[in-house]
Amino acid sequence: MTADVRAPALPAERTRSARGDRPRRSPGPRRWRRAVTPVLIVVLWEGAARLGILPPEKLSPPSDVLSVGLRLTLDGTLGLHLLHSLLRAFVGLAVGGVLGLALGALAGLIRLGDDLVDPTVQMARMLPHLGLVPLLLIWVGIGEPLKISLVALGAFFPIYLNTYTGIRGIDERLVEAARTCGLSAAARVRHVVLPGALPSLFLGVRLAFGAGWLSLVVGEQVNAETGIGFLMMEARDFSQTDVVVLGLLIYALLGMLSDFGLRVAERRALAWRQGLQAS
Amino acid sequence: MAARAAGELTTGLADPVVTATRILRAFGDQTVLDGVDLRIGRGEVVALLGGSGSGKSTLLRILAGLDSGATGEVSTRGRTGVVFQEHRLLPWKRVTDNIALGLRGSDVPGRTAAALAEVGLADRGRAWPAELSGGQAQRVALARALVREPDILLLDEPFAALDALNRLRMQALFGRLRAEHGFAALLVTHDVDEALLLADRTLVLEDGRIVEDTAVTLPHPRAADHPGFGDLRRNLLTRLRVPTSPDES
Ligand SMILES: Nc1ncnc2c1ncn2[C@@H]1O[C@H](COP(=O)(O)OP(=O)(O)OP(=O)(O)O)[C@@H](O)[C@H]1O
Ligand SMILES: [Mg+2]
Repeated sequence: MTADVRAPALPAERTRSARGDRPRRSPGPRRWRRAVTPVLIVVLWEGAARLGILPPEKLSPPSDVLSVGLRLTLDGTLGLHLLHSLLRAFVGLAVGGVLGLALGALAGLIRLGDDLVDPTVQMARMLPHLGLVPLLLIWVGIGEPLKISLVALGAFFPIYLNTYTGIRGIDERLVEAARTCGLSAAARVRHVVLPGALPSLFLGVRLAFGAGWLSLVVGEQVNAETGIGFLMMEARDFSQTDVVVLGLLIYALLGMLSDFGLRVAERRALAWRQGLQAS
Repeated sequence: MAARAAGELTTGLADPVVTATRILRAFGDQTVLDGVDLRIGRGEVVALLGGSGSGKSTLLRILAGLDSGATGEVSTRGRTGVVFQEHRLLPWKRVTDNIALGLRGSDVPGRTAAALAEVGLADRGRAWPAELSGGQAQRVALARALVREPDILLLDEPFAALDALNRLRMQALFGRLRAEHGFAALLVTHDVDEALLLADRTLVLEDGRIVEDTAVTLPHPRAADHPGFGDLRRNLLTRLRVPTSPDES
């Protein structure tokens, strides 16, 4: 009886359950399917190494990389180098990010700032910042300032550019509406301009993290005494391929983790866009 | 002249909330407003009509203080609220926060909730603007203007983007709120019926000047089949150079 009532409204569902199929397309099987290829690669890699097809001095098997990772973690070496790398990344991103945000806001909000800042930054943007290493070596030497300024340079441009375009892209009509609500210029920046520029700013921060990690990789290979990059360079001197691969994995993991964290933060901060995408 | 006198009697233009004199506005060498004089009495609803591009929005923006390129004198007494053709709600603020934007004084949450209830959306305060329908968003925009208890409400084709049914609902809502709060309003519209349903006075803007100023003395509540409505409608349409019967074109 109930089936008779429901039948016209949900014909598709009824036929499907009648055939005994899955009621809804669940994400489970797909997620597992997407993991197949990476797992297969790791298995093949391990197998090739075990069979002696891959010489261990060219590429260590995953099991060796894992065990050396475990060993270095337990004796504290890895933690120390990781901490130093993270500190450099953090300081560099903070310096470059704050500068990029400040100058981007200055150029985006104030016409005089735009004229004074933007053309110069647009020109400087064309310099490949990793190509500046020789010059930076002359300027700041081979120590920490070199690594930090490389990361800061990498982070600065994406944040500057996206702050600037984010502010410039604000719908002028919203600013006008805020004016009719009696908002002062400062309040308009706080309630209209900054939140409106936030999506663009998030994009800038994600690009900055990418550029920041890249700069760190390059910077840490120049005469470092600590850090993941140093660990890798030192291992290369002793032909410890497993440590080199471990370092690469850690760099990749850092990039993945930071990107994931930023995505989560972005989804939270930009919750208002969910409705926008759905409609 | 007779019509003008009646208008002054019913609305007390002796105590205007908006006085604009000799408003001039040009964009490049195109003069859009060429000496507009305008007064709106306390509690008076004035409809502003005119062809497309005649400068209605330009005039409204000047009265709202949003245009610094105009000359002439504008004085408004009391608070001003503005409703635009698009809702212009901030997408990143929930409905309640949009209404409360820049609101000062005591009990902001209470006043916000009351304004929202007045436009019939008491339960949508937590929604994001993107989750509202066009009509709902426009009602929130109206609430955002109303919560400031304006003495003069400036509306630029506020219902034009809505479908016919929603437009009728909004017009009824506007009439009700107006009767309750007694604000004065300048209502820019393309819709002659809307003007005659809601306004105490209709103005026609043409060639940069107000060329027609007619009191609408029909009693409230009004309806399009009210005796006298048809005559006013025909006059206004003629003034707007719209043919009122097919064979006139
Ligand atoms: N910012 C601007 N720059 C240049 N010209 C403008 C600007 N704003 C308005 N105009 C011109 O001024 C004239 C009047 O525009 P306005 O928007 O006031 O017309 P309107 O009467 O509101 O028309 P509509 O009924 O179509 O909304 C138009 O010719 C328009 O091109
Ligand atoms: Mg207009």
